Amino acid sequence: MKKLALAILALAAISLGMVAPASAQLRVDVTQGNIQPLPIAIPDFIGDPSGAQIASVVRADLDRSGLFRPLDPKSFVEQVKDINTIPNFANWRVINAQALVTGQVTSQPDGRLRLDFRLWDVAGGSQMVGLQYYTTPDNWRRIAHLVSDAIYQRITGEKGYFDTRIVFISESGPATNRKKRLAVMDEDGANPKFLTSGSYMVLTPRFNPTAQMIAYMSYIAGKPRVYLFDMETGKQEMLGNFPNMTFSPRFSPDGNKVVMSLESGGNSDIYVMDLRTRSVSRLTSDPAIDTSPSYSPDGTQIAFESDRGGSQQVYVMNADGSNVHRISFGGGKNGTPVWSPRGDLIAFTKQAGGAFRIGVMHPDGSGERMITDGWEDEGPTWAPNGRVLMFGRTERGGRGSSVWSVDVTGRNERRVTTPGAASDPAWSPLIQ
Amino acid sequence: MIKISTVLKFAAVASVLALAACTDKPKAVETAPPPTSMSSSTTSSIVPGSAEDLRVNVGDTVHFDYDAYNITDEDRSVLQRQAAWLAKYPSVRVTIEGHCDERGTREYNLALGARRANSVKEYLVSVGVSAGRLDTISYGKERPICTESDEGCYAQNRRGVTTITGGANS
Repeated sequence: MKKLALAILALAAISLGMVAPASAQLRVDVTQGNIQPLPIAIPDFIGDPSGAQIASVVRADLDRSGLFRPLDPKSFVEQVKDINTIPNFANWRVINAQALVTGQVTSQPDGRLRLDFRLWDVAGGSQMVGLQYYTTPDNWRRIAHLVSDAIYQRITGEKGYFDTRIVFISESGPATNRKKRLAVMDEDGANPKFLTSGSYMVLTPRFNPTAQMIAYMSYIAGKPRVYLFDMETGKQEMLGNFPNMTFSPRFSPDGNKVVMSLESGGNSDIYVMDLRTRSVSRLTSDPAIDTSPSYSPDGTQIAFESDRGGSQQVYVMNADGSNVHRISFGGGKNGTPVWSPRGDLIAFTKQAGGAFRIGVMHPDGSGERMITDGWEDEGPTWAPNGRVLMFGRTERGGRGSSVWSVDVTGRNERRVTTPGAASDPAWSPLIQ
Repeated sequence: MIKISTVLKFAAVASVLALAACTDKPKAVETAPPPTSMSSSTTSSIVPGSAEDLRVNVGDTVHFDYDAYNITDEDRSVLQRQAAWLAKYPSVRVTIEGHCDERGTREYNLALGARRANSVKEYLVSVGVSAGRLDTISYGKERPICTESDEGCYAQNRRGVTTITGGANS
């Protein structure tokens, strides 16, 4: 991973001297709940044959976001022959494209690929982005995602989330004896990889802030405990040496700590372990179930679930365990809180009226609204820009588990491509 | 589902046998020779002190109400039989599994399953079983025995199961 990241160099913005500064008019507001996707033309990139594949991944990324509508290349009247000349915008206006992406891939003498791309405002007739990347040929998908992120960011004003990965639980076999394996894939479902064999059950994986480490729960050797998986070495390590079950791990925003539940005598409380010193501190001491801890992005607070008030509800406490207060008052049972990377919202699972749904609320509990409507939706995870969530969906009667994504507005719900049945998705930060 | 249909089939065979017993004219039925190289254990031959003995003759499972982990009156008689059986076979060690129905989030159910397993353990200790012989494990909602999304299945899945981990006869 590190190696890959280093291999990608985004050079200074390139521009055509004669082009006027970008107009500020071409913009998509991602906060709106009901917007028209922006029609965008992305012809196959010229030059190296990989240019066609790269453009098709960019089209798929932007289409999946729900904010863009990539136009069918068959409708294009102009063929891009040179990306260093100004396009004939009339030819793009006539097919109602509002934005145009042109790109070129060239193979370098050292074997690397060089990609140049430009994002154009068709109505304004101006360049909005011009960027250049170098990478190894096997890394072409990441370049495509970086292009998608650059387009998304320029047009929405928000950071993208396409150059990210998803860790999840891959499921197979009958519901009564489900095989559950740790797996990772790119955000678009490409490059799926199994990290554990399936001979023991694993649950609830979560990335650390560099996406190099995964914390998860494993039943290896018949003892359910929290483990760490190192993406670089492939090594699994039991976290600490606790006498009883440890579960529900999640990293602190600086990656130096893991907060989790430890069960003792049937009771579950929340503890935090410092990964540098391996010292453990207890954060809750209550005869109730205390679990599903999730840090605020500034690391000062922890949201968690507890049934200390009689039913499962969402609480927030300071990172040292002080100032515990309930925040969910919207009815039903509420659990699995996950703090948005932006800090403005907490996503959670609500159990009410016989169904499990994903909702969001502000950290003070206000503004609660539901964003999914499944039979059993649970365990939300945030895209690094805080605009999109993924979650697990289970069908009635053990008829399959799948991963879905939905915008925080509740629109654009889509099934995420996974190799077979899947659950417990966790989104990585943007890959460094 | 498979289990249910097997039970039904068995019931059907049993009723046919019962009817046959009522008719007064015995009919000769050809009997297949027993398998030669295997011990013929077709009739009930549960080894006393075995895992099967615990499961079939004592009862290895207790059930819980929704989102609850208290031991019910019905559970008590099962657990008292388990305690008596464990007293009879003092070398047996067991792990008590706590399970939940699907109507709870994953991590909450792991915690609830731990509560249930611990309730069973505490009750067994209260009636004289040494705590050192009893381990617990929670499977949350990950190991249902019944997969329909209805109360009938949920009730079967909310369970504590006493499983032998060592020292049993076989």
